[in-house]
Amino acid sequence: MWAELAVTTAKVVVVALAMVTTVPIMVWVERRGAAFIQDRLGPNRVGPLGLFQPVIDVVKLIFKEDVTPAAANKGLYYLAPLISLGVAMVTFIVIPFGAGHDVSLFGVPLRGLIVAPDLNVGVLYLLAIGSLSVYGIVLAGWSSNNKYSLLGGLRSSAQLISYELAMTLAVLGVLMATGSLHLSDVVARQSGAVWHWNAVTQVIGFAVFLVAAFAETNRLPFDLAEAETELVAGYHVEYSSMKFACFFMAEYLNMATASALTVTLFFGGGTLPGVTLTGWLGLFVSTAVFVAKMCFFLWLFVWVRWSLPRFRYDQLMQLGWKGLLPLATLNLVWVGIAMTMGWLR
Amino acid sequence: MGTREQRLAAIRKSFPDEALVAEVPGGDLQTFRVDRKVLVDLARHLKDDPDLDFKLLLDVCGVDYPERAERFESVYHLSSLTHGHRIRLKVPMPADAPVVPSVYPVWRSADWFEREAFDLMGILFSGHPNLKRILCHPAFQGHALRKDYDPGQRWLLREGEQDEPVWARAVQEDEDHFETQVLNLGPSHPASHGTLRTVVRLDGEVITQAETEIGYLHRCFEKMAESHTWNQVIPYTDRLNYCSSMMNGVGYALAVEKLLGVEAPPRAQSIRIILSELSRVMDHIVDIGANLNDIGAMTPFLYMYEAREELYTVLEACCGSRLTMSYVRVGGVSHDVPADFGEGVRFILKRVPQLVADMERLITENRIFRQRTEGVGKLSSEDAIDWGWTGPCLRACGVPFDVRKSYPYMGYDQLDFKVPIAHGGDTFARYLVRVEEIKQSLRIVEQALEAMPPGPIIISDHNVALPAKEKVYTEMESLIWHFKLVMEGMKVPAGEVYGFTEAANGELGYYIVSDGSGKPYRIKVRPPCFAIFQAYPHMLKGHMIPDAVAILGSLNVIAGELDR
Repeated sequence: MWAELAVTTAKVVVVALAMVTTVPIMVWVERRGAAFIQDRLGPNRVGPLGLFQPVIDVVKLIFKEDVTPAAANKGLYYLAPLISLGVAMVTFIVIPFGAGHDVSLFGVPLRGLIVAPDLNVGVLYLLAIGSLSVYGIVLAGWSSNNKYSLLGGLRSSAQLISYELAMTLAVLGVLMATGSLHLSDVVARQSGAVWHWNAVTQVIGFAVFLVAAFAETNRLPFDLAEAETELVAGYHVEYSSMKFACFFMAEYLNMATASALTVTLFFGGGTLPGVTLTGWLGLFVSTAVFVAKMCFFLWLFVWVRWSLPRFRYDQLMQLGWKGLLPLATLNLVWVGIAMTMGWLR
Repeated sequence: MGTREQRLAAIRKSFPDEALVAEVPGGDLQTFRVDRKVLVDLARHLKDDPDLDFKLLLDVCGVDYPERAERFESVYHLSSLTHGHRIRLKVPMPADAPVVPSVYPVWRSADWFEREAFDLMGILFSGHPNLKRILCHPAFQGHALRKDYDPGQRWLLREGEQDEPVWARAVQEDEDHFETQVLNLGPSHPASHGTLRTVVRLDGEVITQAETEIGYLHRCFEKMAESHTWNQVIPYTDRLNYCSSMMNGVGYALAVEKLLGVEAPPRAQSIRIILSELSRVMDHIVDIGANLNDIGAMTPFLYMYEAREELYTVLEACCGSRLTMSYVRVGGVSHDVPADFGEGVRFILKRVPQLVADMERLITENRIFRQRTEGVGKLSSEDAIDWGWTGPCLRACGVPFDVRKSYPYMGYDQLDFKVPIAHGGDTFARYLVRVEEIKQSLRIVEQALEAMPPGPIIISDHNVALPAKEKVYTEMESLIWHFKLVMEGMKVPAGEVYGFTEAANGELGYYIVSDGSGKPYRIKVRPPCFAIFQAYPHMLKGHMIPDAVAILGSLNVIAGELDR
């Protein structure tokens, strides 16, 4: 009992710390990456290559004056950033970051580097919790008592219904092929070879999911809720100091979660085709592989953000309803046919 | 083109009475003194008669002559794009009843120009639909450009006295309109480059009504010009369109030179052309970059800014400053270009096209960009002319009008370049026209640089230009000239002139009245984006907020020249 608790705690600490650490690293990558793409230097004054810039940024944010608008709805105004950050902090407990089914710690089997291995509704949990994040934005937009915030919140909810459905349908294709809601099963099914990856067998589903993931994280080209040149800063225009930092962290955590999810669902998770390792070595190697794959998608987020213009929100809805939804349905049909014909393993 | 006689005859067909419409002899433009009773009829005739075809009203302004019996004069500058001719109308009116009928029903471009004349000169335009102050705030008293206005006065605008459209206060909530709200875009908004305020009524996010308020950057350029010598005005012109300050100075100097009857030496003209065209490139680059940034693409914006940085380096080498150059003088330029000028310009000719090509590869065929800009802010060529549009925005509507081609100045007719047009009339067309103009401008620079002659950079007429410093120290004669020019300013012969050039945004006009003293009697700038921006609220209806931002960026509204 105590040993199990200790193992779970250890996993929570490791995974949570790793995820939270991605935030400052990604902030640095984003800024340096943007500078690289835009042919300029980026932050390079604090520490080697400007690596300590995020630390200084955090210190700055903590010491900033925390302004609350007089006419704001105080309760919801304080609650909104917590919802955003809280939701971002709990989504990744069902993601299997590495193998390790055959190792044990303190005499307790580890059952993979996944916080909640027994949660048999893994994917459902992810989709359900992920959808909650919009409440943070909508409430922030509404409670700030600012027209720009309100428009940002409105846009966010419109955005949610336009892409969430397509995203769920795309995930459904993966679930059909797997036959399980456990994400570790999804990963296990993709092991062995690159052509077992769902990204290969369900190319359309993967494309739909990736686009929807961009929309889910509220990043360009879908950063309509924020849209700094139109809505000033959208839903968080009235937020300052650490309350703003909560939204900021949530955005980067969502990015990390979305990347991890893409890797898990479509890119074989921690598996490396043609390599089968067991024991602690297997755990470390698979985790490293997972992180490497995740880094690629994290970089993709940065890359896309600094390359594309922003959609208008009616265009996003058009894309969601008229583009992504039919495509996701098509993917489902394809998976059904492929399963019946026995083309899928 | 048609001659003065033909135009007079065409007018006499309908207005035979010499007392109502009289031709004023001489002048740089054919001028008619018009009785205000027949102004609107004459305006309609000028616009509709195919022999006259004055579809484009360029400018309306007031001039104050306190010593005359008819103290005020309302001056109209008209242009015909089909015949290429221009005329000026002058409508005198007495001091006790400065009322003149509005020509807004004939040319919509009169809208803001008449409001400005009302605001600054106190001329009442009867029949104008929205005659209220435009550059000064509502609590302002008096009319600043009248000669008897004391500029020392201060007028405070207090909380609650701001200008607000009537419809913005009205509650519009019923069963069909329960989702409307009024939103202030600006004056301090990330996409309003400068301080521009647009009040919009939103239905959801669709704009159903809009009105703009300008004047936040008004700094009485025209009033200040009246108390400075002719050359002292040049630094003020830099602050009109500060993205391409060189061209404002060139336009001003050309207008004054026209009135003086002098011409700058060939080398000075060549320098002016090169730097003007580089400024045009700079202006278009800034506008495209900012427009793309507003649409959400920040990377091309920074590519464009790198190009601008290179351009600034060359401008800085010429005159020591980057933004407000003050490089032009009446009769030439202040210094010769540095020895490595050619090298610097050749580097730009190589580097800027690379950056523009990078941007084009990123954006021009990008589907999101196309969706965001195509059909957004569309204006037909008739409407564009009616609103008084000129420059790239007009050319994007399919009208091939460019002052450099139609009325060549400074030797533009000897250079080989094309005037790009597009037919969409939308934000995307304006982008395309600007990109192509960058390339054409660079071609001009290349040719002008090859053909740059040696020689003096300012005329040797010491009524106009200062003698060389070493001569001032060694020759009595030169010392006297220097003293007189510095103490009294140059004497520009009495008269009036409308000097116009193709600035980055369109036709930049200077209507200059001189009374023969050392200071301008009246300078009226016709800023191109003033006419362009007045159409903006009308273009917004039916669009969404993101479109409003995209359109605003594509119009390239520079608050410095808008508000003066």
